[in-house]
Amino acid sequence: MIHFSEEHEMVRNMVRDFAQKEMAPIAIEADEQERFPKETFQKMAELILLGLPFDPKYGGAGMDIIAYTITLEELARVCAATALSYSAHVSLAASPIDMFGTEAQKQKYLVPLAKGEKIGSFGLTEPGSGSDAGSMKTTAVPEGDHYVLNGSKMWITNAEVADIFVVAAVTDKSKGTRGISNFIIERDFAGFEVGKKEKKLGMRASPTSMLHFTDCRVPKENLLGEENQGFKQFLKVLNGGRVGIAAQALGIAKESLKRAMLYAQEREQFGKKIGEFQGIQFKLADMATKIKASELMIYDAAEKKQAGLPYIHEAGMAKLFATEAATDIANQAIQIHGGVGYTKEFEVERFWRDAKLLEIGEGTSEVQRIVIYRELLKEIDRL
Amino acid sequence: MNIAVCVKQTPDTETRVKLTDDQKAVNESDINFILNPYDEFAVEEALKLRETNGGEVTIISLGPDRVKSAIRSALAMGADKAIHLVADKNPSDPNAVAGALAEELKTGNYDLILLGKQAIDDDHAQLPSLLGEKLGLPAVTVVVKLDINGDQVTAEREIDGAHEIVTCNLPAVIGAQRGLNEPRYASLKGIMKAKKIPIEEKPAALAADQLEIESFNYPPEKSAGKIVGDSADAVPELLRLLHEEAKVI
Ligand SMILES: Cc1cc2nc3c(=O)[nH]c(=O)nc-3n(C[C@H](O)[C@H](O)[C@H](O)COP(=O)(O)OP(=O)(O)OC[C@H]3O[C@@H](n4cnc5c(N)ncnc54)[C@H](O)[C@@H]3O)c2cc1C
Repeated sequence: MIHFSEEHEMVRNMVRDFAQKEMAPIAIEADEQERFPKETFQKMAELILLGLPFDPKYGGAGMDIIAYTITLEELARVCAATALSYSAHVSLAASPIDMFGTEAQKQKYLVPLAKGEKIGSFGLTEPGSGSDAGSMKTTAVPEGDHYVLNGSKMWITNAEVADIFVVAAVTDKSKGTRGISNFIIERDFAGFEVGKKEKKLGMRASPTSMLHFTDCRVPKENLLGEENQGFKQFLKVLNGGRVGIAAQALGIAKESLKRAMLYAQEREQFGKKIGEFQGIQFKLADMATKIKASELMIYDAAEKKQAGLPYIHEAGMAKLFATEAATDIANQAIQIHGGVGYTKEFEVERFWRDAKLLEIGEGTSEVQRIVIYRELLKEIDRL
Repeated sequence: MNIAVCVKQTPDTETRVKLTDDQKAVNESDINFILNPYDEFAVEEALKLRETNGGEVTIISLGPDRVKSAIRSALAMGADKAIHLVADKNPSDPNAVAGALAEELKTGNYDLILLGKQAIDDDHAQLPSLLGEKLGLPAVTVVVKLDINGDQVTAEREIDGAHEIVTCNLPAVIGAQRGLNEPRYASLKGIMKAKKIPIEEKPAALAADQLEIESFNYPPEKSAGKIVGDSADAVPELLRLLHEEAKVI
């Protein structure tokens, strides 16, 4: 049972209103033109949405994980690509600086990110290392008061428009995953270059690009936290991120159900509203049931995270279930719309294209199952 | 400038209204309530005036406990204080509401009283004028532009096919119309702050309703539209139908 506080309801209403007024009118066009809606980010900054979970002393709003989860859900209902870029900014780029950064790093990087003066991005994946992120090849070699980075990152959300990047690199090859460190990279560091932008099935308004490092000199003060702690750090970041990805799936699923439900009450065939056919009713009932389950799983994980309880198991399950459900639900929403569902104007086709990414990013469904099984093994004596 | 904004909580514009079994009221059980959209213009205008002139914005709302969430919405936009005039329901008689609001407003020493020109639920559109009458203050309503210079008020109001410019002195009552401004969103900071502002509760000094609702009815079902044709040839027939059947021209 989820109990949202009055404050959470206010956040939901505000973000819903914002998304309807500011994002809905440009969502179709941004998708078609593969355009990152920078203007939306600027408006989000005014409302402190870009610093939602961070301490007000760093320019944030000091809100909790539940409020953040609600925000992602509502943004994704209208434009999942904007929600994805938003979550990369907040939970992948700004939050590791918040969690592991020094006071000086927070002042220099977290403050402008939280205030939305700068856009953030997170580079972990490489051409040769995706699910097996620990096998990355990018290296960081100490040289005087700098590290010298070489290598490439792939599939990096927001890279096209970002100013501040949190990037993982190998600092001690002999130590395997215990020899990885994270660095804060500024866009104009010499030897750092943002590469070509990918052409994608969905999430097209959220830019995804490669990063290239060629003898890129990074000051030692830009090492995030301690050396060789990078792997642990980004696992922690990704665990939190999973709840956010699941929340985006929930937003897409809810909007898909709403559209399908309304259309089913309107469209007539064989002299009846199609919603009067049991075949359609059963689809809608299944969609609603999966949404309810997703919602309970997501807010259970979010509440546990907020309370400082273990939540990796719950986050993995929520992401697995909610993202697979969202793709299925959006797919059924297209089906219920028939031919018009296949056109851009009715948007459900975009919901489906966008939802699919959520089964891949921040750990594929298969990786979630690996995580869930691992946790299961730990609990074997208590089953 | 000491500004009061009277706000009402109304059903969301997207609500599919259901009536009670006796059809004398709206069934509130499944309703999502919001801050009356016209009152949002009033709150925004008050905040803008405070930004230029300094002072304080006090939100006043009358109704049952649930209206607190509308008050919080207005506080989250940036208002400073709030008073809840507690009543067991929203009276259906605007005269009774105006009486109770006026009693409270008299005690506040306000330079300006702002409110929406109407509430989107019962659409009476009477409160601005009733308040002016009860408080003995000038009242200008359906206002789309407001300038205040010292205690000199210049208000532009919408009238049939034209705009009318009205001047008066403060204190005054102003009824806000769409177009007056673009209401801000509640920022997250505003939401956090609103949580901490106490809402002062007072019993509403309500006189008995003099207006009784006989019944509400649902609007008649819309009949299907008609496509007359898709070229210029169809225009004469369209004109004939608009004139003879729809009787709109
Ligand atoms: C739009 C988009 C945005 C992204 N944004 C970012 C970003 O901002 N930052 C970032 O660092 N990365 C980002 N990524 C990368 C994303 O996290 C990876 O794509 C994802 O982790 C999967 O890695 P991969 O693509 O290399 O697939 P692979 O790891 O090569 O996987 C291929 C298939 O094999 C399966 N598989 C792999 N290992 C196993 C196993 N042990 N058991 C069973 N099945 C397995 C996978 O589940 C998948 O089905 C983004 C990707 C996309 C598409």
